Amino acid sequence: MPENSAHSYWKGNLKIVLSLLSVWFFISFVCGILLVDFLDTFRIGGFKLGFWIAQQGSIFVFVVLIYVYIKLMDNLDAKYSDSTSEGSQNDAHHKGGVE
Amino acid sequence: MSVQIWTFVFVILSFSLYIGIAIWSRASSTNEFYVAGGGVPPLANGMATAADWMSAASFISMAGLISFLGRDGTFYLMGWTGGYVLLALLLAPYLRKFGKFTVPDFIGDRYYSQYARMIAVFCAIVISFVYVCGQMQGAGIVFSRFLEVDLTIGVLIGMTIVFFYAVMGGMKGITYTQVAQYCVLIFAFMVPAIFISLLMTDNPIPQLGFGSQLTEEFGGGYLLDRLDGLSTELGFAVYTEGQKTTQDVFFITAALMFGTAGLPHVIIRFFTVPNVRDARRSAGFALVFIAILYTTAPAVAAFARTNLIDTVHNIEYSEVPEWFTTWETTNLIAFTDKNNDGRIQYVGDPQRNELEVNRDIMVLANPEIAGLPNWVVALVAAGGLAAALSTAAGLLLVISTSVSHDFLKRGLMPGISEQQELLFARIAIFVAVLIAGYYGINPPAYVAQVVAFAFGLAAASFFPAIVLGIFNKRMNKEGAIAGMICGFVFTAGYIIFFKLINPEADNADGWLLGISPEGIGTLGTLINLLVALTVKRFTDDPPSEVQTLVETIRLPGEAMEHH
Repeated sequence: MPENSAHSYWKGNLKIVLSLLSVWFFISFVCGILLVDFLDTFRIGGFKLGFWIAQQGSIFVFVVLIYVYIKLMDNLDAKYSDSTSEGSQNDAHHKGGVE
Repeated sequence: MSVQIWTFVFVILSFSLYIGIAIWSRASSTNEFYVAGGGVPPLANGMATAADWMSAASFISMAGLISFLGRDGTFYLMGWTGGYVLLALLLAPYLRKFGKFTVPDFIGDRYYSQYARMIAVFCAIVISFVYVCGQMQGAGIVFSRFLEVDLTIGVLIGMTIVFFYAVMGGMKGITYTQVAQYCVLIFAFMVPAIFISLLMTDNPIPQLGFGSQLTEEFGGGYLLDRLDGLSTELGFAVYTEGQKTTQDVFFITAALMFGTAGLPHVIIRFFTVPNVRDARRSAGFALVFIAILYTTAPAVAAFARTNLIDTVHNIEYSEVPEWFTTWETTNLIAFTDKNNDGRIQYVGDPQRNELEVNRDIMVLANPEIAGLPNWVVALVAAGGLAAALSTAAGLLLVISTSVSHDFLKRGLMPGISEQQELLFARIAIFVAVLIAGYYGINPPAYVAQVVAFAFGLAAASFFPAIVLGIFNKRMNKEGAIAGMICGFVFTAGYIIFFKLINPEADNADGWLLGISPEGIGTLGTLINLLVALTVKRFTDDPPSEVQTLVETIRLPGEAMEHH
């Protein structure tokens, strides 16, 4: 892979990671801990909102975050594997023995 | 059939399955022994990771802890799941691409230093040992309480089983047994939860039952409102409100997250999949499988707490249900009639409260409290054992690879052949099983407490070193080594001070910045980062081949060749 496309691949990767981590931080630390008492003034069904996010909602968001990451990284890989000749042929490497 | 016969049936069936898998999956090379040949499909690796991760503590103790902590129990739920986001985004794909066997492998090669490798070996062994003793103890407790065998015999049976498949099959045997153990433990956890949710709220999905209305029989109204009401009435803390300070909850949650992402036995699971894409996929599967239990646990906690209060408060002692008497003999529940009225007063005020309840009972006895069928009650034992043994095996493998691969092959004795290395790996796992078993039978008073702190230590040592190694190309060995040492020593020192040397000071007034020892790993992580970045500024850049290595890890495409 040429130098500048390796560089922009890494930048794209960092952008994905940082944006997903900000959602991760927001839902767990901001909603689940810092603002939990405020959010508790709202209700959904039998749950106070803050309590629900802290004990269940955040976990669902974590799962979604990882799946969004898998999807975005697959797209990014696909975009850059077209421009390189060596990306696809390494698949078998790992099956070799270990020295 | 009685509960005990059902329990024997389930335990014997599940153990035969594990042994069958062990015989089928013998390891013949170091590659198979350390990383299962690197050919584990992501779905299977996700299940194995989930079983590896969810220990006796997750299965037996967590729901009980939450039911006594109420909203404060949140830090276990978010901390032990949110760490997977960090693992999936910051560590797993890059470490897979790097393509070695162990965490010290990465630290040693990335920081081009035998010292760094040996520090990583030391941290990996300490963290894993602390953790594994707790697992053996957990297995022993399940044996002695459900099968009424002696604790020592219980631990010995557990040791023999783990020994059998770990020594023979290494990572390959462990991986496929963990897949089976995941199925056993999730079934054992979910069946009682579904039964109880149906019974109390008419909703078969516990996650929804948690926010639903109780049936007429249980008094109607929303479950959580009812629980808050009962808590207030009896003088307990309101269930859905927090008692700990916000900053302490914040720090504990962060320490558990960083620690989860830095635990070597979890990280090495991602070395076993075929390529980088599969590493990302298996992190997704792992969190889904973990989330099934972790979103059910708070529901079980609330059901169990409500049910316990309903069943025992203000009841004549002579009319208590059968489970009460059974569990009284194990001292997990104890009644002292302080006002001599023959009734059980279960209240928040310690002067008047007459009932001492061990938190483990909330999962272990929950099916009995709810009056579920005998076979459901018996499932819990098989599930608890699966959780304890699967985690123990993963940890023992880390100890074994640290000794045979990192310490001997890559350190003291680089000349040994693959067959010799394999032999050393098997001897190391054998010795580790013996030591873990010894501490399972004779637990030092502090082991149970220290287990939770393995997270703080992993957070303060490995997590920053690995993340910097990937995301900061110019991070050098001086910075990484100084950071790991400072983070580890600070965290270990703080914990040892408050838990062993001066336990009287272990309260909010004595703590640094109001952070409890449980949460201090977060500060340790920050110290590690700051020290590493500062030292780096005053020392030389890493050699150019190391910088090239980091660039390769960051590129798209598949795993590098093993060298």
